[in-house]
Amino acid sequence: MNRKGVAISVVTQLLVAAQTCCAASPAAGAERSGYEFLSPETRRLQDDDFANPGMFWVDQGRTLWARAEPASGKSCESCHQQSRMAASAIGFPKYSAAVGHLINLEQQINRCRSEHLKASPWAYESQELLAMTSFLSHLAKGRAIEVAIDGEAAESFKRGRQFFYQRRGQLNLSCANCHEQHAGDRLHGETISQGQTNGFPVYRQLWQTLGSTHRMFAWCNEAVRAEPYAAGSREYVDLELYERWRGRGLKVESPAVRR
Amino acid sequence: MPNSRIKVPESAKRGAVVEIRAMIMHPMENGFNTDTQGTTIPVHIITDFVCRFLGEEIVRVKLEPGLAANPYFAFYLKPKRGGEVEFEWTDQDGSVTRASAMLNVT
Repeated sequence: MNRKGVAISVVTQLLVAAQTCCAASPAAGAERSGYEFLSPETRRLQDDDFANPGMFWVDQGRTLWARAEPASGKSCESCHQQSRMAASAIGFPKYSAAVGHLINLEQQINRCRSEHLKASPWAYESQELLAMTSFLSHLAKGRAIEVAIDGEAAESFKRGRQFFYQRRGQLNLSCANCHEQHAGDRLHGETISQGQTNGFPVYRQLWQTLGSTHRMFAWCNEAVRAEPYAAGSREYVDLELYERWRGRGLKVESPAVRR
Repeated sequence: MPNSRIKVPESAKRGAVVEIRAMIMHPMENGFNTDTQGTTIPVHIITDFVCRFLGEEIVRVKLEPGLAANPYFAFYLKPKRGGEVEFEWTDQDGSVTRASAMLNVT
């Protein structure tokens, strides 16, 4: 092997090592939560469990968690112990062997509902699905995000990364153009964040309500005047995986408050 | 019935100032928003908020469409003796949400 070959193989090994180590340990530290781009007032609102409006959905989710579905007589609690669910939200999106592709937390909740509770799935952005997602994410609050991007998830990860760097819309901007190259810069009265997803579902002041990761993706796509994809679409689940990986090591803040 | 959240300290010293907090989950539609079909969403707000202590009105707020969703109020009370703090939110459709908590004064 010549020198160049050695160098390439060393780089490859480093990359492999970096990927395996990052999946298990906190990231290098370049990742910054959207919290750090907020005004002190908005931070206080998020930190106050009473005043944080997102906590309404968490409370609602806690009620739904224990509510038995008439068709099966079962609730989430029938199978899951709440005390053991703390880490469940940090690993999504993940590959589901049963479905044969990557699914996110929302889709997992709905799978549980149709498979085990014999209940109809909740629509994306419905109050119930937002409530359950925020409840489960809130249980994981303070834990570091950790998603698998190898094996069955590798293809999705590649597509997600491609989506992130793909310019789109009339404004011809990619996610990276703003959230990577200009994070921390000003856009009119706003500070551009890194676009991290560790606080989702977030209470967004602009929406005056809670919103999912996919609603935010769609909003961003529309903001660059691109046709948004459907919530729960493969494109967005792939992007969600890449986004979660990008924010690996960041602590879950759900329900976060964002502008 | 909308979710509401209240915070009243369990006990307070006589004459000490305590903070009371109340919040309700409500969209507070201001009548200027449209749905995905472009149809205007009509005004839907909470019109009145009242807090009573020992049956006496201590705070009354008349809400208007300009307020943000999930209205949150915090105010102070200087109790001379213990009793029930009652909260009441009235929706424009007439429905009333109530909550209450005991405040013990030592």
